[in-house]
Amino acid sequence: MRMDFKYLKEYLGWLYYQYLLITGIYVLEPWEKSIFNSVLFSSMAMVIYASYAFVPVHVRLALKFFSGICGEQPERTMALIN
Amino acid sequence: MTESSANKPANGQVCHRVKNGVKPGRNGFIKNHHHYHHQQPMYCYPEDKVQHTACNGSSSLGLYSRPFIESFEETPMLVAVLTYMGYGILTIFGYLRDFLRDWKIERCHIAREREEQRDFVPLYQDFENFYTRNLYMRIRDSWNRPICSVPGAKVDLVERVSPDYNWTFDYTGKVVEGVINMGSYNYLGFAENTGYCADASAEVTMKYGVGVASTRQEMGNLDRHEEMEELVAKFLGVESAMAFGMGFATNSMNIPALTGKGCLILSDELNHASLVLGARLSGSTIRVFKHNNMQSLEKMLRDAIVHGQPRTHRPWKKILILVEGIYSMEGSIVRLPEVIALKKRYRAYLYLDEAHSIGALGPGGRGVVDYFGLDPRDVDVMMGTFTKSFGAAGGYIGGRKELMEYLRSHSHSAVYAASMSPPVVEQIIASMKCIMGEDGTTLGRDRVQQLAENTLYFRRRLTEMGFIIYGNNDSPVVPMMLYMPAKIGAFGREMLKRNIGVVVVGFPATPIIESRARFCISAAHTKDMLDTALSVISEVGDLLQVKYSRQKRLPSLD
Repeated sequence: MRMDFKYLKEYLGWLYYQYLLITGIYVLEPWEKSIFNSVLFSSMAMVIYASYAFVPVHVRLALKFFSGICGEQPERTMALIN
Repeated sequence: MTESSANKPANGQVCHRVKNGVKPGRNGFIKNHHHYHHQQPMYCYPEDKVQHTACNGSSSLGLYSRPFIESFEETPMLVAVLTYMGYGILTIFGYLRDFLRDWKIERCHIAREREEQRDFVPLYQDFENFYTRNLYMRIRDSWNRPICSVPGAKVDLVERVSPDYNWTFDYTGKVVEGVINMGSYNYLGFAENTGYCADASAEVTMKYGVGVASTRQEMGNLDRHEEMEELVAKFLGVESAMAFGMGFATNSMNIPALTGKGCLILSDELNHASLVLGARLSGSTIRVFKHNNMQSLEKMLRDAIVHGQPRTHRPWKKILILVEGIYSMEGSIVRLPEVIALKKRYRAYLYLDEAHSIGALGPGGRGVVDYFGLDPRDVDVMMGTFTKSFGAAGGYIGGRKELMEYLRSHSHSAVYAASMSPPVVEQIIASMKCIMGEDGTTLGRDRVQQLAENTLYFRRRLTEMGFIIYGNNDSPVVPMMLYMPAKIGAFGREMLKRNIGVVVVGFPATPIIESRARFCISAAHTKDMLDTALSVISEVGDLLQVKYSRQKRLPSLD
């Protein structure tokens, strides 16, 4: 169990190092790193929260709209043609 | 061995990948705006996805005595995108820091305009300055490391720390000992402070002193200089040769003596700054052909002969082709047999800069001409330096006797420069005699062979590990691609932590996304050192995730 925890910690450390290298913030000073991280993580948190709060409502509305188009339209048009 | 699109055999269909990301016209102005209708490149292996593989006709059939394998693997798309993103992020933070400096929130450590110069033309506003200030300074500790021993196979570094993120450095007084040196151009390992060459130089210092403070044409001409020039001519296999105290000036001051107004210079796009400077100073028209691309060169030669000079359409007085033996940033070797064939066909002159290849290539260490088994008299101007393989300083020019006599009286660096220091001259004589075997031993030849073996071994192992390696299989300059800006700094630091000194190369010297680490193999490296270096490179490569290559290779058994 303890070994697993240590392994996980090492893996997270490696992942953070890769994140530093790929974004290029490896070369920045600590205060710049924290600015970048806080901007990135806060915007990501906002995106996640927004998708949690608003996406289900939109999906339900969209479903209703499309079922309105696809589900009932054919019969009425048929009636009109007749 | 699998036959990949980037690995091309020279006999038969020769393919050449045009480097992407490098604009033609990088060195020098193309003054005459002809539109070259580039022929549609024929793709050698249509089933492959590498798009930039153009063939060099069948004119090269049978010109090469040995396989000419050169590879430039394409940048993976994802890596390119992430690299640009990284530069984007760093640029944003650069602007933030510039803003803080401008509003005096942060102290500016670097040179800037004074208060009273506020309304003048800005001096530090262009991209290069921005880059230096905001990107280079952050990883500056990977460059210009002070050393305190002879830069042989191992080197001692002066330890330094920076209290303010590389704006200033403090010396701790400690020495980092025994760092394996993968960065010096010490191809044959003549950078030594003991042994035959060092003893000879010391002896000459006692006899002649360190310099004569005069030019060759006045009182500075010593018997050692004459002896060296004769030896250089013999070594190169040319009629006559002359030496200069500075390699860079050899190029930049002699090209203006050779060509002038009404002449055309055809220059490879990746030529060294000294060749570019020389070409610009000469006042000739400069046209730039794609790196090592014979189709591009032939097109330009043909065009120059058909159209002549712009507007007047008079024929060009001279056409000079400028090429290098080994290109120091790409590790590629010039396609000399094809260049010579073209030069003969179109009656042009050839200027060959062997700065890196002299001593390092060919069975006898006589450079790229020896490597291809060609006649040195086919190259009109043979230029090279003593700085690299010979462990000395200065440069030489070799060629026909009339040419040398002309240059002796017309070249600026021959007329005005102080003569070479006698100990340096002696180092050249001793090391050159050693390579030629005139000292009665096979030490020099052994070194040349050792270098060739080391190069093949090192390149093969790196390729097997999955790194992207540029250049020719036989070139002792081994560029390894890093791409991302943060990885330049990280690679240099992590390697030094593990006691290996490497050179990392970034933007002004390479295209912006093609940052790389460059290893220079030396004959002084033992197999143990190379194995240590390789295992460390592999470890750091895994840590930084720079094993980008997507080509499948079968590891060979050894």
